[in-house]
Amino acid sequence: MLRLQLIAIIRLGIKSLMLHKLRSALTMLGIIFGVCSVIAMLAIGEGASYAAQEAIKKLGSNNILIRSLKPPEAARQQQGGGGPRGMSLKYGLTYADGARLQATIPGVKRVVPSRIIRENVRFGRTEVPCQVIGTLPFFAEVTGVELVRGRFLSDLDERHQNNICVITAGLAQRLFPTEDPLQHSVKVDAFYYRVVGIIRETGKAEQRTQAGKMEGQPLDNNVYIPLSTSRTRFGEVLIRRTAGSFEAEEVQLHQITVQMQDTAAVETADPQIKTLLRRFHDQNDYELIVPLELLREAEATKRRFNIVLGSIAAISLLVGGIGIMNIMLANVTERTREIGVRRALGAKRRDITLQFLVETVVLSIGGGLIGVLVGMLTPVIVSMATDMKTIVTLWSVLVAFGISGAVGIVFGLYPARAAAMLDPIEALRHE
Amino acid sequence: MASLASQPEWMIRTVGLQKTYVLGGENRVHALRGVDMGVRRGDYMAIMGPSGSGKSTMLNLIGCLDRPTGGQYFLGGDDVSQMDDDALSAIRGERIGFIFQSYNLIPQLTVLENIQVPLFYQGHDLRKTLNRCRELANLVGLGDRLDHRPNQLSGGQQQRVAIARSLVNDPLIILADEPTGNLDSKTGAEVLDLIDRLNREGKTIVLVTHDDKVAARAYRVIHMKDGVIDREVINRPPPTPPAS
Repeated sequence: MLRLQLIAIIRLGIKSLMLHKLRSALTMLGIIFGVCSVIAMLAIGEGASYAAQEAIKKLGSNNILIRSLKPPEAARQQQGGGGPRGMSLKYGLTYADGARLQATIPGVKRVVPSRIIRENVRFGRTEVPCQVIGTLPFFAEVTGVELVRGRFLSDLDERHQNNICVITAGLAQRLFPTEDPLQHSVKVDAFYYRVVGIIRETGKAEQRTQAGKMEGQPLDNNVYIPLSTSRTRFGEVLIRRTAGSFEAEEVQLHQITVQMQDTAAVETADPQIKTLLRRFHDQNDYELIVPLELLREAEATKRRFNIVLGSIAAISLLVGGIGIMNIMLANVTERTREIGVRRALGAKRRDITLQFLVETVVLSIGGGLIGVLVGMLTPVIVSMATDMKTIVTLWSVLVAFGISGAVGIVFGLYPARAAAMLDPIEALRHE
Repeated sequence: MASLASQPEWMIRTVGLQKTYVLGGENRVHALRGVDMGVRRGDYMAIMGPSGSGKSTMLNLIGCLDRPTGGQYFLGGDDVSQMDDDALSAIRGERIGFIFQSYNLIPQLTVLENIQVPLFYQGHDLRKTLNRCRELANLVGLGDRLDHRPNQLSGGQQQRVAIARSLVNDPLIILADEPTGNLDSKTGAEVLDLIDRLNREGKTIVLVTHDDKVAARAYRVIHMKDGVIDREVINRPPPTPPAS
């Protein structure tokens, strides 16, 4: 019975709203924009933080990365020409650092040193600038490299300083468009390296810019060779020729990836590693990157972002709600006569309250539904137009829709109550 | 109505009915100063009087749209003078049919839906009462216009819809407030004929009017002045009510 009556009241509400189509549509617009902006903004925010978080996750949340940095003082010296010309600049992480980390820091699972050298890689006449990364076989497990074909580096390669390499799929595509890479060798500097495996790129070009300082990570155009091979073929002193002169650098290791047993160990190890390195390095020639920390920061940023976006959207919903209330108050005044008639014909106060409340809720829920549709469409359009990643989450849709319903009730209650409290005689006399 | 036989002789009975409006401070208006009157079942009574005589107040009180500030009002045997708002709403819906000067149909509803409004607030299943609504529409001669909106009807037709609406709950009395005030004399006469017919079929009617010709159709006319009944004129003897 009650359900039937409710359906009848809802139908009546829709009918009354249809009487002023333009007015109802304009009133809904406030809610539509509100709901749409909540969903779209959260989708864009979610998408942005997702991309950043994925890039960080690639580094491994159980890992700590230590990178060699050219110390700023030394760099200035070299640039100004005041430094010892022709002499090599020595800085960065050493093999000893790796050994000390492995030996002293509790909770360390593996320490993977790597050397990263920029060189052109050739096959036939094709030449591609690459990062030649000399590393140990663990590298694959520690950074979660995904093998497409063949194999990764092995212990035997390391021991025999084999001239073999593993390349990324993108590089394979560029060097060997028609041939099978595993049948060939690539030339780096003066030596040939046989291709034994192909791995999937873990990053895409767009993520590279967002990841910022994550160069040297397994993005595309990487060539992996055994660490021992890297040491013998390239030597400790790296010479880079620049217009007319050359710079020589002596860097033992460019990066050490420390894999910890779990995330808890990461947090305790972070300061310990810092202390350890500080003791053996006079200059600030390394940096520590803790993906877990970056991840936390990214999450905190996302939370702040969501709060800001959420409040903007909430304000627009509030404005929409005030718009609804305004129209409903005008509506009540306009339909005073109708209210009087209904009261005379037996409507109780709560019948009138319900009628107007239902009308407001129909407006706001209707606006909410349209807003959800538009709000789910907007991120798609944004993604297509700007290349930004967007993610529409279920909870943002539910929250936005729920708020639109709540706005209807909150802002509908006062006008509905005002309508119900009208004196029937006055209402009937109203022109 | 099965309970009709058990209804008391007086459909409406007022005892010393008073209504005073407080306009703020000591400023009071005594609209009714103690009215004693009764309406029997099947009666047809007209109320006349100049504006300010209290006849509108009287009608509002009879229609349970307002509460008296003094005296008692019995409607169908129950003292309704001290009922609360919800109870009064229920009484209006169950026992009173209103016919207004300006028809007061709800513009967004069709003829059929307008007739259904009182049923709706009584909690009836509107699908089950559809036949009754159709019959009433036929009775007032609008059976072929159930889907029309009020603005598609003439004044006389609208007033006939209002009459059908007033009958739908099978009320004890029908209150008509200047039902022909907005109609030309010909359609007004048609509407009054319809009301006469309802009375012949047993409905109790109370009608407020300015027009002597309209009042002449009633069995008796009470003239009000300054909040009291000035005089009562019997046009014709009312039919003897069935013995209770």
